[in-house]
Amino acid sequence: MDNKEASSAQWAIETKGLAKLFGNKYALKDIDLGIRHGERLVVFGPNGAGKTTLIRSLSTLIKPSAGSVHVSGLDTRRNQARVRRKVGVVSHQTYLYGNLTVYENLKFYGRMYDVPDLEKRIQKVAGQVSLESRLHDRVATLSRGLQQRAAIARAVIHEPQIMLLDEPEVGLDPQAVIMMRDILDVFSSGECTVVMTTHNLERGLDLCEQIIILNTGKIVYRAEKSEIDRANFAEVYSHYTGISQ
Amino acid sequence: MKGMWFKVFTIFWKDTVAELRTKEIITSVLVFAVLVLVIFSFAFDPEAGTMGLVGPGVLWVSFTFAGVLGLNRIFGVEMENSCLEGLKLCPVERNIIFWGKMASSFTFMLAVEIIITPIFLVLFNLPFFMPRLLLIVMLATAGFASVGTLFSALSMNTKARDILLPILFLPIVVPVIIAGVEATALALEGKSWGDMSVWLQIIVASDIIYFVVATLVFDFVIEE
Repeated sequence: MDNKEASSAQWAIETKGLAKLFGNKYALKDIDLGIRHGERLVVFGPNGAGKTTLIRSLSTLIKPSAGSVHVSGLDTRRNQARVRRKVGVVSHQTYLYGNLTVYENLKFYGRMYDVPDLEKRIQKVAGQVSLESRLHDRVATLSRGLQQRAAIARAVIHEPQIMLLDEPEVGLDPQAVIMMRDILDVFSSGECTVVMTTHNLERGLDLCEQIIILNTGKIVYRAEKSEIDRANFAEVYSHYTGISQ
Repeated sequence: MKGMWFKVFTIFWKDTVAELRTKEIITSVLVFAVLVLVIFSFAFDPEAGTMGLVGPGVLWVSFTFAGVLGLNRIFGVEMENSCLEGLKLCPVERNIIFWGKMASSFTFMLAVEIIITPIFLVLFNLPFFMPRLLLIVMLATAGFASVGTLFSALSMNTKARDILLPILFLPIVVPVIIAGVEATALALEGKSWGDMSVWLQIIVASDIIYFVVATLVFDFVIEE
């Protein structure tokens, strides 16, 4: 770890001048973030604001066009494998193989992450997402809500220090959303650093310690939880995005 | 090193379990290949002494086109639920993903070929026991699997993936197909290893070049 990396190790996630170009269009531009260990950042923004691109940049799925991303002090360009061990990603896509059972999926990902004592770990995470009884069912036969619970189990199988949640509640019915929230709250409590994107202002404000609003790839608003007037936040969001909620 | 090969095996294991459960690739490829053989067996009269001339070509036409059909699905399974993203998030080098998927391609293609070859020998009235033919098939399949896996990954993110794969794949594997046909013809004539050595060397050289180049460029192919 060089001096620059050591200095950014105080942050769980740090971005400086992060930009991502697709063709000649900026999906992200001049993104400066500092997220402390154990902190929860919620990213709001309309469709096309750059939320998913931000999560993908933080998770090493895409390379920044400019600027830098450090995760636990590690430059994501030079330490991709080490960064990937530290992050768990839950998206609206489950990343699960429909023709494999939940158990086989967890076994596959657990092996890829070199999870020690994998059998025990699978049983533990399956219990945490209340999927013990469906562990040997094929993923394709599960409801959307159960699949998303299995996706959480997949994301945490290697005990990540950082959870990146990209609109994890999309496509779930209200009951499944409540259950998902309870499960995510368990995993995202304590020492785990969380970055979550969402359209749901209420949910985001419940979870956050810090928020940003993205619009057209730029941070147009940022605040600590203590600075947010919850009652008027919908107006703030509407002011910065032009979209009323 | 041990961990690396374990992960290659893990990807292969995952593909094999899924394939054994659905038989999606093997069934469709096998049916297609058998149909090609049956149609050709009616087109050419086995008694007319033409089998030595057309037999090797028929066999490799069925292998090649059936192979293209199967290769389309090798990365197709990774598109479901964006599993390729999950795979890319794993803390492994990209070449491990390539080798794992290539092992799956090789195994599925070889499994189909092992079933097709005896059917070909029976339909075309040829001797049943041909260990030389098995070696030729295995070597050529390794080359097919290297290039095919690479182009399968490349074509996955395109709208015209079904068309793009054969357009990219077939011109590149022409050396292996030609050498495979020539070596097969010599094997069917009962010629010695020495007579076949030039064609076998071409296949092996092509395999090595394909494998090295595909391993090196795979990283660029699946990024973003």
